[in-house]
Amino acid sequence: MKRQIPLIIIMTLGFMFVAHSFIPHKISADFFDWFQDWVKAISPFAVSLGVISLFMVNGTKISRKVPNWQYSVITLAGLVFTALAGFIWGTQSGTPYMWLFENVQMPMSATMFALLAFYIASAAYKAFRARSAQATVLLLAAIIVMLGQVPLGAMISKWIPETSKWILNVPNLAAKRAIMIGVGLGMTATSLKILLGIERTYLGGGD
Amino acid sequence: MFETVSKIVAAFLTLSIFSFLYKDNPFYKFAEALLVGVSMGYAIPLVYENVFLPYVYTPIFLSHKFIIIIPAILGSLYMFRFSKNLGWLARYPIVFGMGIVGMGVPMSIHSSVLVQMRSAMLPIDGINTALIFIGTVTILLYFFFSKAHKGIYGKFTNVGVWFMMIGFGASFGYTVMARVSLLIGRIQFLLGDCLGLIK
Repeated sequence: MKRQIPLIIIMTLGFMFVAHSFIPHKISADFFDWFQDWVKAISPFAVSLGVISLFMVNGTKISRKVPNWQYSVITLAGLVFTALAGFIWGTQSGTPYMWLFENVQMPMSATMFALLAFYIASAAYKAFRARSAQATVLLLAAIIVMLGQVPLGAMISKWIPETSKWILNVPNLAAKRAIMIGVGLGMTATSLKILLGIERTYLGGGD
Repeated sequence: MFETVSKIVAAFLTLSIFSFLYKDNPFYKFAEALLVGVSMGYAIPLVYENVFLPYVYTPIFLSHKFIIIIPAILGSLYMFRFSKNLGWLARYPIVFGMGIVGMGVPMSIHSSVLVQMRSAMLPIDGINTALIFIGTVTILLYFFFSKAHKGIYGKFTNVGVWFMMIGFGASFGYTVMARVSLLIGRIQFLLGDCLGLIK
């Protein structure tokens, strides 16, 4: 029963939502609003679960003094300090909370993504060493699209931005469209597997 | 003075992350650990203000909609995830939220399949529309695994592979340019805002 009741709940709610999509009635709309309010009321507890989990993982590292445990102290200190800053001084512009966002969180996350520019170039070099005709086409398409996005491309030749536009609007569109259809069919199949109780991995292990 | 300190902090953390380009080092590890903590700490007051207060606290304690106690109890069942014996109770809030997958069936069929197919079934009035049609059909054939990619069928699927290679190249180019624009932003911050070398 520990698995069956959750499965019954998801099947009932799931098929009610399938029906909701086809029934533009007030009762159906009210049901959707009710569900949204309840899910929003549940969601802060999921965040609490994440915070507690982070504390448990890092707390264990600190208490066991595993290698590099000092970084866990920094993680927890950063978490507690930022959260307290938000609760004590508020989340408006000009508060310590927003200072932390603008001068700590935002620069670091932007740099983290900027770092990927180097690694993506390195990976591209390894992958694209034009070992086959198809890899060469991939490399050429990437170079033309990249050059087409910057003024340098137009300076080299006026056909680079035009070719870039053509690549994006014709072969790229065909590829994206076919992949999108495949993804849509996959999403539908997965949703149906969940609704019919075939896919149950989200229930986790145990009884 | 305060602005200078802010810039020094941001520049130090930016350089700490960039130091990973040399190799993994204590500065990078420090910045990485801090980023995880600060990001999570940033989310907590936002969730409290934008979700907990309007959807849990206000309805129960101010509007006296006591029915909201039920989802609040349901949400608190998440905490049993840490219990070995009562961990199964955490399934209830999960399955309640996942009920929305029911909407995924008609929505994904509509937005990802029917709309795309409608867009693909336009009159072929030129070379480009013909190429788009051929590309879409041959890629779909490539992903049809119930038939071996041999003979004439294999030649068709091979055409699909060429279209996909061009599509992946375009996606790769776009991704690189997005990352490079972020890199330019950080370099502008370091050389312009911090050092004043570029205007």
